[in-house]
Amino acid sequence: MALFNIFNIAGSGMSAESVRLNTVASNLANADSVSSSPGAAYKARYPVFQAIQASLMSPGVGADPTTQAADAAVQVRGIVQSTAPGSARYEPGNPLADAHGYVYSSNVNVVEQMADMISASRSYQDDAQVLETSKSLMLDTLKLAQG
Amino acid sequence: MSLNLNAYLGIEPDALKVYAQRSEVLAANLANADTPGYLARDIDFRAALAAAGSQGGALQQAPASAGDLTAASASASASASNVSTQQFLKYRVPLAPSLDGNTVDSQLEESKFAQNTVRFQAALTFLQSRFRELTTAIVGQ
Repeated sequence: MALFNIFNIAGSGMSAESVRLNTVASNLANADSVSSSPGAAYKARYPVFQAIQASLMSPGVGADPTTQAADAAVQVRGIVQSTAPGSARYEPGNPLADAHGYVYSSNVNVVEQMADMISASRSYQDDAQVLETSKSLMLDTLKLAQG
Repeated sequence: MSLNLNAYLGIEPDALKVYAQRSEVLAANLANADTPGYLARDIDFRAALAAAGSQGGALQQAPASAGDLTAASASASASASNVSTQQFLKYRVPLAPSLDGNTVDSQLEESKFAQNTVRFQAALTFLQSRFRELTTAIVGQ
């Protein structure tokens, strides 16, 4: 039944967005982490979203939308690390400083993370609203012809 | 004389099915609002409802003589309940294409979902009053 399927679809969206919120929290928490070498510095993490129905991914111009099932839940395909370069700071007093007195900070862009957080929370709200609405529709249908 | 419940209830049960399937498609769009390359879809409601009505007994007149025709109308309604809106799926034309190939516009999908919900509830209300009429006829007061 279609309305029951919405619980799976919206649920998958909510869990994917919560993974995204998790990565944002991790990135923000480590925004000021420093390390003694560029390789060991914290790298920003990003989730990769994918529609569970792979055929929906860029089928190209003129592809037939009717050949795919109506339901397409979302999944987190994996977590990727940003390859943007981090910055080096001259802090000879820092116990983590290398031989030249430099520490290497993470490549997290705090402003970008905040924007990502707002986007994730809005999408989560959308999914939660869909779930809530579908639930009340189902309850209304159950009450049909009862009063 | 037996009452053909499908004919009595009219188009509303078919409409409910299509609304339910449309809400599924819209929920999938919203769930994939951040998926790169995902193409938003919607159901061609007019075509879907027309197909649902013509396959089932909903839009047809009730057979004059009941008896042996009830089996035929029962099987017709069985095929109507299996009616799939699969063939009426269409890609949405994006208002503002995004760089990652995703064509979901959250605001648009939300408004369509709200619209679909109100229509679903309207169909439910019509059905509700149909059933109330039946109850009145049965109880007789």
